[in-house]
Amino acid sequence: MARWTPERRKKAWIKGGFSVYYVIFILFIYGPMIAMFVLSFQGRRGGTSFPMRGVSLHWWQKLIEPSTVGDLQGALLRSLVLALIVMVITALFSTMLAMAFRKRFTGSNVLFYTVMAGLMIPGILLSLGLASLLRQVGIPPAWYSSALGVHVVWTLPFGFLVMMAVFNRFDGRLEEAARDMGADEWTVFKEVTLPLITPGIVAAGLFGFTLSYDEFARTTLLAGEFNTLPLDINASMTQRIRPTLFALGTASTLFSLLMIGLFLVIYTLLMRRFR
Amino acid sequence: MQQIAETHHTGLIGSQPVPPAAIDEAKKLRREPGFPTAWLITLPTAWLILFLVLPLLGIIVFSFWSSSGHGMEPALTLENYRAYFEAEGFFDPESDRFLTPSVFLRTLGSTLYFTLVVMALCLLVGYPIAYFLAMQVQSFKWQMALFLLAMVPFWTSYLIRAVAWLPMLGRRGLLNTFLINIGAIDKPTSLLLYSEFGYTMALVQLYVVLCVGPIFFSLAKIDKAILEAARDMGATSFQIFREIIGPLSLPGVAIGMIFIFVMIMGEFATAVVVYGGKTTTTGTVILNYYAIANYPFAAVNALMLMLAMMIGVIVILRVVNIRKEL
Repeated sequence: MARWTPERRKKAWIKGGFSVYYVIFILFIYGPMIAMFVLSFQGRRGGTSFPMRGVSLHWWQKLIEPSTVGDLQGALLRSLVLALIVMVITALFSTMLAMAFRKRFTGSNVLFYTVMAGLMIPGILLSLGLASLLRQVGIPPAWYSSALGVHVVWTLPFGFLVMMAVFNRFDGRLEEAARDMGADEWTVFKEVTLPLITPGIVAAGLFGFTLSYDEFARTTLLAGEFNTLPLDINASMTQRIRPTLFALGTASTLFSLLMIGLFLVIYTLLMRRFR
Repeated sequence: MQQIAETHHTGLIGSQPVPPAAIDEAKKLRREPGFPTAWLITLPTAWLILFLVLPLLGIIVFSFWSSSGHGMEPALTLENYRAYFEAEGFFDPESDRFLTPSVFLRTLGSTLYFTLVVMALCLLVGYPIAYFLAMQVQSFKWQMALFLLAMVPFWTSYLIRAVAWLPMLGRRGLLNTFLINIGAIDKPTSLLLYSEFGYTMALVQLYVVLCVGPIFFSLAKIDKAILEAARDMGATSFQIFREIIGPLSLPGVAIGMIFIFVMIMGEFATAVVVYGGKTTTTGTVILNYYAIANYPFAAVNALMLMLAMMIGVIVILRVVNIRKEL
């Protein structure tokens, strides 16, 4: 082992300082969530803040009982279905767009900035614009039509950037070789391109799913008569806040974490296959 | 002679045989490899036009329409803009509102001010984290693990994360208990929940991850050999940061700042949850006018918000030329 020169000691101190700061940062980021998690097990007579008055599953039970926080099961189901559809469309569209951008074409700049605008324009503006437009035309908004539309606008740039990065590092000679051996475009895509870009597609899908599942601002005016989960959570804020809300938040967050974990596992497995 | 002219043309070195017409034809006919671009972009483009371009055009058009009780009617009026800009008594030297901007402009101004404060705080809190991950953590595995740990909240609901602040900030919340325990205050303060302080802190916590990501990526791209070379030539740590790391990380900083800027300018949910709806942001103003079915006026507010945001983004891009740096 090397000697502890003053130089090395100073470096170690700096690294230690940064490490401590990182831990504080993680506590800052996760602290409120952990407090919410603990409070969801609040005793029957306890309130929405510490101290805990006993430990119980009371509020979790209330969550499962029907008619506590509106139509919770329905909202959860709708959010899930919506997120799955958005995931598929995001993965599909971002792959198609990134493939198109491998070649030069007229209007590519305009298209690029239009895709990126989805990232830049606040949800409230899209909500307002589309909602008043639909009202004027006389089409009622619904979670599976208008909300789906703006969700994809929001998730597409993330998926698109992921796929652009994937194709940046893609070796086109592999496709070239397949073509030279007489494969048609579909075969080239199915046998060569697709297997190589699958991890990227999974990552694009992760953005599609999680961002849609949690989206609130873009759904606000566009979900129509049935709520998605974030809208339901927001609606329950207007009533007296009870630990049920914390149980709901905890459940939803755990579900999000589960999905991220699932995507990460799939991603790692796919990446490993190519090594 | 005629024959020769047709099969030969004069090149740089003597005359060259003209390539047979068939090859030219074949070159033209041979498609570019890959799927045709038109197939690939038609559907996404149509989707973007329907759900992004048309709504935005709608906002612009509707801002000139007139509002009528339960909805709006096609018109070409500047009435909504007048109502937006003109405050009562603006031109009246006798009035105490003389030369005071309208309440909507002031709301936009305070939204902007607040956004800038949160941006600065996010940069202050987030930059060292990105720096630590990119520069101090040596092993790639640890780097990725710690980075993911810091980024995971981005994939969870920010509404729920806002709700999670309630037990922290209340009168009997964790922060009060903590402050009493360390002896900073002797009785619970109600300054935390539904206050500007609590709101700011919640926003920083909600959005700081958005700038950690881009800054981390631009820091990670820096070639460590440059830093080594600078150190060998006797540069101090501060000089290395000021001359190399700082400038090279600017694109990441700009992207992160743009991200946070546009998010918080349009923010309205956190204001309701953590601030109890006691504050007005331009976002809440838009929603309120939508709720009372004055769509044209909501549209004017939205348009002014968009304008302010565009100016902001352009200013940030002026400071850092992202396209040149990437």
